[in-house]
Amino acid sequence: MAFLKNNPILIAFIILVIGCGLYLTLNVVSWDFALPLRTRKLVAFLVVGYAVGVSTLLFQTLTHNPILTPSLLGFDALYVLIQSLMLFFLGMVSYTTMPAVGKFAFEVMVMMAMSVAMFRFLLTKHNQDLTRLILVGVIFGILFRSLSYMVARMISPDDFVTVQAHSYASFTAVNVNLLITSMVLSALSFVYIWRHRFALDVLMLGRNCAISLGVPYRTLSLGILMTIALLVSMATALVGPITFFGLLVCALTNRFCTKMAHGERLILVSLVASSTLIVGQAVFEHVFKVAGVLEVIIELFGGVAFLLLIFTQYGKQRTMQ
Amino acid sequence: MSTSTAQTVFWRLPMVVNIGAMLILLVLIAVSISVGVANFSWARLLDDADGSLQLLLTSRLPRTLALMLTGASMAIAGMMMQVVLKNRFVEPSMVGATQSAVLGILLTSLYLPTLPLLGKMGVATVMAFLGMAVFMQLIKRLPATDFLIIPLVGIVFGGIIDSATLFIAYQTEMVQMLSVWRFGDFSSVLAGRYETLWLVGGLSALAYIMADRLTIIGLGDGIAKNLGVNKEAVMWLAIGMVAMISSVVVVTVGAISFVGLVVPNIVSRLVGDRLRVSLPAVAILGSSCVLFCDIIGRVIRYPFEIPVYVVFGVLGSALFLWLLSRAK
Repeated sequence: MAFLKNNPILIAFIILVIGCGLYLTLNVVSWDFALPLRTRKLVAFLVVGYAVGVSTLLFQTLTHNPILTPSLLGFDALYVLIQSLMLFFLGMVSYTTMPAVGKFAFEVMVMMAMSVAMFRFLLTKHNQDLTRLILVGVIFGILFRSLSYMVARMISPDDFVTVQAHSYASFTAVNVNLLITSMVLSALSFVYIWRHRFALDVLMLGRNCAISLGVPYRTLSLGILMTIALLVSMATALVGPITFFGLLVCALTNRFCTKMAHGERLILVSLVASSTLIVGQAVFEHVFKVAGVLEVIIELFGGVAFLLLIFTQYGKQRTMQ
Repeated sequence: MSTSTAQTVFWRLPMVVNIGAMLILLVLIAVSISVGVANFSWARLLDDADGSLQLLLTSRLPRTLALMLTGASMAIAGMMMQVVLKNRFVEPSMVGATQSAVLGILLTSLYLPTLPLLGKMGVATVMAFLGMAVFMQLIKRLPATDFLIIPLVGIVFGGIIDSATLFIAYQTEMVQMLSVWRFGDFSSVLAGRYETLWLVGGLSALAYIMADRLTIIGLGDGIAKNLGVNKEAVMWLAIGMVAMISSVVVVTVGAISFVGLVVPNIVSRLVGDRLRVSLPAVAILGSSCVLFCDIIGRVIRYPFEIPVYVVFGVLGSALFLWLLSRAK
């Protein structure tokens, strides 16, 4: 028991391996058909788990706060809006015939620029007051989402449902066109983050400490923010926006991790997020054969986790006073 | 001439605001009746050669009335919620009321499908009331100093109920049906399918009768006690009315967020917080806002319609951000 407690990564890894086995083999009717399809989806879940977990963890390091996440501040709703606007200006026909990778590259570039603008706006203007910051972020998310619906309806009132589909999260209908691209980008981003893992540990001490200890603060923060924008775009392009997923897996990771070092937490958060998706989908997609349920359950538990975090924070503040 | 300038302003300004808002509302009503895919001409109303009168009575007028009743009552429900919680940034969809009403109507459709419409609304009202009661218990633990935490917790609380509702809907294959209640849309309003909204019109009138007591409980617990107003009774009555308004609107046309948040804030800036004076303005402006957004939704992509909840989602959240930037 003590050994397991001290090795959360090992436990998460075992769960992930079991989950992968279950996902690939449960209730298979025709192996030739099911296996390639399931393998593609499995890889997508691994990529999404890595992207959501790591981007949220980095964001919390950057903002020195265990409650803030990119999704909560409307970042993935922003990506969906960029997608919708591109669709609007290019038109349905040219959008669907364009190469997926080129389209994605352009969307990510726009997303990076917008993320920096958004981050600057939110964290300089509302930096003093955490509650205000989160509330403004949440409302921005609602605004972006409403704008996306509006754009979707403007493009094609007849079949807006198909256009609107990418503004909802779906683990059952994974967009597999970008799989190779996202795998390459995951690997590259991981190399970058892994090389800076110790600098990230120093970053957690706060801006002034990090600068005195010789961390190139501005360059590193900007690099990390760009990486977050890339990862959020990737996850959203694959499965759509999920508000509380990152918050949930980061809360679990911080709860079970033995050290605060990024080396350990980055690995663990990726494993936790991927296992959540894969075990969850194995159960709902292959055992109960229902679509759309895991997304809803993650939002439900994530919302509860958020409220718990808020209430415990206030409890702490009260005991301090 | 013995009245001070402050008093003159106090009485004049609401009059001006109300008359101005009323004129705008009349214009919007006329536009709302004229706009649509079918041909409609005011001149032909009397001889009715082209079916204009028929169109007016079965479709255009019901829709316009439904929009007005919904706008007025949701705005008033928002105002009542803001007074009860002494917080400028709440509305029925941010205290769990709207989402609980949706859950209630879903459950009645599943387990009591034979219940008449009013019975279903009753169950939805009870659910909305329970949802708000839970929320009130929840925020008791939060510090009163941080007034933005309440809308934030309220939004997430509503989201949790919404997720639970969606989960049940997926299990029972009711997702399509659910979107009728979750997303406000007036495109299918016809004579005979909106009349339940007159109930919320009645509730809005009741709110006006209660106006002074509401104003007093909004001033604080000590003052309410001194003036002999039973705070608890007025508060729970107001919460019950908000539950009922939210439920009737959800069941009849679907939920619209931000009406109850934005409108009372604007009125409060214009005419202050004395509800006897400001409630009529809230009702008129609420009607105007929802009418305006519905008209935009009808003309922006003519001949197709964009549902009013989408238009209001954009304008309402933008206005909310503006209000937040002005808040101290």
